[in-house]
Amino acid sequence: MSNPILEMRGVSKSFFGIKALRSVDLTVYPGEIHALMGENGAGKSTLMKILSGAYTPDPGGKIIIEGKPVHIDGPLGGRAAGISIIYQELSLAPNLSVAENIYLGREISRSGLLARGAMRAGVGPMLERLGADFAPSTLVAHLSMGQRQLVEIARALHARSKILIMDEPTTALSAGETERLFALIRQLRAEGLAIIYISHRMDEVYALGDRVTVLRDGRLVGSLDKPEIRADTIVRLMVGRDVSSFYKKDHDPQARRAPPVFAAVDMADGQRVRGCSLTVRAGEVVGLAGLIGAGRTELAHLVIGASPKTSGHIEIDGRVATIRTPGEALDAGIAYLTEDRKALGLFLDMSCLDNINLAVLKRDAKLGGILDRDKARDRASRAFATLGIRAANVGVTAGQLSGGNQQKVLLSRLLATTPKILILDEPTRGVDVGAKSAIYSIIANLAKSGTAILVISSDLPEIIGICDRVIVMRTGRIAGETRRGPSSPLNQEDIMALATGTEQLDAS
Amino acid sequence: MPHDGASQAETTRAAVPDLAGAQETRRQRLKLVIRAAGMLPVLLLLCLGFHFLSDGRFFTGQNLGIVLQQAAVNTVLAAGMTFVILTGGIDLSVGSILAAAAMAGLTVSKLPDLGSLWLPVAVLTGLVFGVINGSLIALLRLPPFIVTLGSLTAVRGLARLLGADTTVFNPSIPYAFIGNADLTLIPGVVSIPWLSVIALLVIVASWLVLRRTVLGVHIYAVGGNESAARLAGIKVWAVLIFVYGVSGLLAGLGGAMQAARLYAANGLQLGQSYELDAITAVILGGTSFVGGIGSIWGTLIGALIIAVLSNGLILVGVSDIWQYVIKGLVIIGAVALDRYRLQGSART
Repeated sequence: MSNPILEMRGVSKSFFGIKALRSVDLTVYPGEIHALMGENGAGKSTLMKILSGAYTPDPGGKIIIEGKPVHIDGPLGGRAAGISIIYQELSLAPNLSVAENIYLGREISRSGLLARGAMRAGVGPMLERLGADFAPSTLVAHLSMGQRQLVEIARALHARSKILIMDEPTTALSAGETERLFALIRQLRAEGLAIIYISHRMDEVYALGDRVTVLRDGRLVGSLDKPEIRADTIVRLMVGRDVSSFYKKDHDPQARRAPPVFAAVDMADGQRVRGCSLTVRAGEVVGLAGLIGAGRTELAHLVIGASPKTSGHIEIDGRVATIRTPGEALDAGIAYLTEDRKALGLFLDMSCLDNINLAVLKRDAKLGGILDRDKARDRASRAFATLGIRAANVGVTAGQLSGGNQQKVLLSRLLATTPKILILDEPTRGVDVGAKSAIYSIIANLAKSGTAILVISSDLPEIIGICDRVIVMRTGRIAGETRRGPSSPLNQEDIMALATGTEQLDAS
Repeated sequence: MPHDGASQAETTRAAVPDLAGAQETRRQRLKLVIRAAGMLPVLLLLCLGFHFLSDGRFFTGQNLGIVLQQAAVNTVLAAGMTFVILTGGIDLSVGSILAAAAMAGLTVSKLPDLGSLWLPVAVLTGLVFGVINGSLIALLRLPPFIVTLGSLTAVRGLARLLGADTTVFNPSIPYAFIGNADLTLIPGVVSIPWLSVIALLVIVASWLVLRRTVLGVHIYAVGGNESAARLAGIKVWAVLIFVYGVSGLLAGLGGAMQAARLYAANGLQLGQSYELDAITAVILGGTSFVGGIGSIWGTLIGALIIAVLSNGLILVGVSDIWQYVIKGLVIIGAVALDRYRLQGSART
């Protein structure tokens, strides 16, 4: 094989003492498609940002391009070193033309005036080579997602990049566009480019990958050559860690026989959620797993009426419930814990007292609208005691609390409504271990008292640790379900296989 | 016995954070007081300064009466503006609504049998315009600045239309006392202009709504985080219609106060750029432009600062032109203070 075009030797990156990347060695050759895989949070995006220059790696590591050690600093550093990245959210300016986007930042000007004609002429041949079916003067806003991706690629080639990194490039593409993109990627490989292809989708890695490198917890855990690329090997490399012992979920056969309290039937929003049905029984903890972008949060938003649905309905205790707004969802007994507590959950400038009582103020009020301040204070104090919220007093503003305490405050608000159905979206994201185990025991106790609980989580050990049953979503649909049996625990491999779509490949 | 032990443990556990908490509470309260009273020292300093610069003509019963009377209408408008700005919005149309309400009131007051209905008519006129503003903002999701900028112009036109673009007089308007008479508290010693009494009542009522009702918490919640408010089940649209409705209603009340005071109204001139004074009062009072933070007492202080400034500059003999310059600088200074105050909060 030829000489490597990119070598990373012992590259690490830590944020405030937390290692996001631990001494990674990565070698990429020209003319290969190198697939990079890993769970959410395994370090893929950190690695990518180091190559783009957005992050500076910790001292000690080396990045060698074409045999020469390089320092990539600043957002333009990556491009200067010959590396171009095509992000999931494309970075084109929709109000400018294709040519202007390709030349962005390196415009051709003649005595201070923009030379539009020269720019258009300059990109014409390249667009032709890439098989573009649009003119350089077209506004990017008028292009489809697939065409925009092609513009991004053209921009990378125009900058004479030799290494092209693509982050989940097919998420927004139709099947036809995906095929065309694959053909283009193979063409670029033939022309000698090195392509680092980041994807969650097993079928894409099969179709394209010459080599697969798997990251887990910031470590490079394995590189497979083409003949070794097999679904089970990849999944084992991706998950391969022990389920931590602080989940104490017992198998509860009772929950399986209880009547379904909650049913979502054929929910769809016409975009991210394409017809999902699921049920949760009283006292059951059901996990909703899937990769980022699988449509789990979107499904939850449909259920509580936070976004408009194109089809589907909700049944509570077997009866159809009309839910058009989050307020109606609360009235119907469905409480939803948002994944983004700062943007969508808490009122950071308001006291914990107000934050906790917000959803029940009306119910507690006297004379149809006067605040019952004693009741509110009692409720907040009780929540502080039962959930172990650590703050000087209930009057402290929510913005001053730590992540774990904020999450408990938000959870208290939901619990104040005594919901029948609790939907928890990433309930332990960004909270410390202590708060985590506290939240797990709250979940377990609520389930024991008969609350139906749906937990959305990207943390697989968590899902396995606390759930009776796991429903897996993939690209807006329910991909399947796996349940805990008396002697068979849930396992990560089954869930990952459903989430990435391996089981279909194995069947075919 | 085990039960006793458990409860004892619980009391001790509860007592410890309480002790530590007491200090923290005091510090928190102090912070709140500083924020609310932030401009009170400024107000007092201005009063004292003008008193000395004008050779003792500021602190006289007569002059203070004038200041209070001059502050009254702006205080009422600023109270409504406080509701709006607390939700993160703005109402530019209050001056025009005030004019339209005064014109509608005066026109009704000249009707032979219905004359005494002019007061509710004026207030309701304001309410209707306010609710229209609120509906456009809440239901069509249009930006408040644009909607109320539009109604600033459109309602001004309607105000002129109401009086056929002339000044409407009514020397025998009913309830004229609210504009010109005083409420005597101690005969011969202390009396307060009725206009100021109304303004104070408006402030107290606003405080009750904002601090003692569910609706009040919802207003702060919508201003603090609109998406979270929506997810928490708050009817954001209803809150928005309410605050713009209140702002319109209070602008209508302000129109009635002006009409009673002047026995006349002119659709073109009345209430010109009153919205700016109202906004200035709210911002001077420590209410944040981004919403969610602020108090009605601050607004009262802000309105008083503006009135004292106008009155004092005249007393001292500053020319009309320089008064504009100084007031403008006060507006900028107020926003600078707003920024500075926000730096300490969670929202930076």
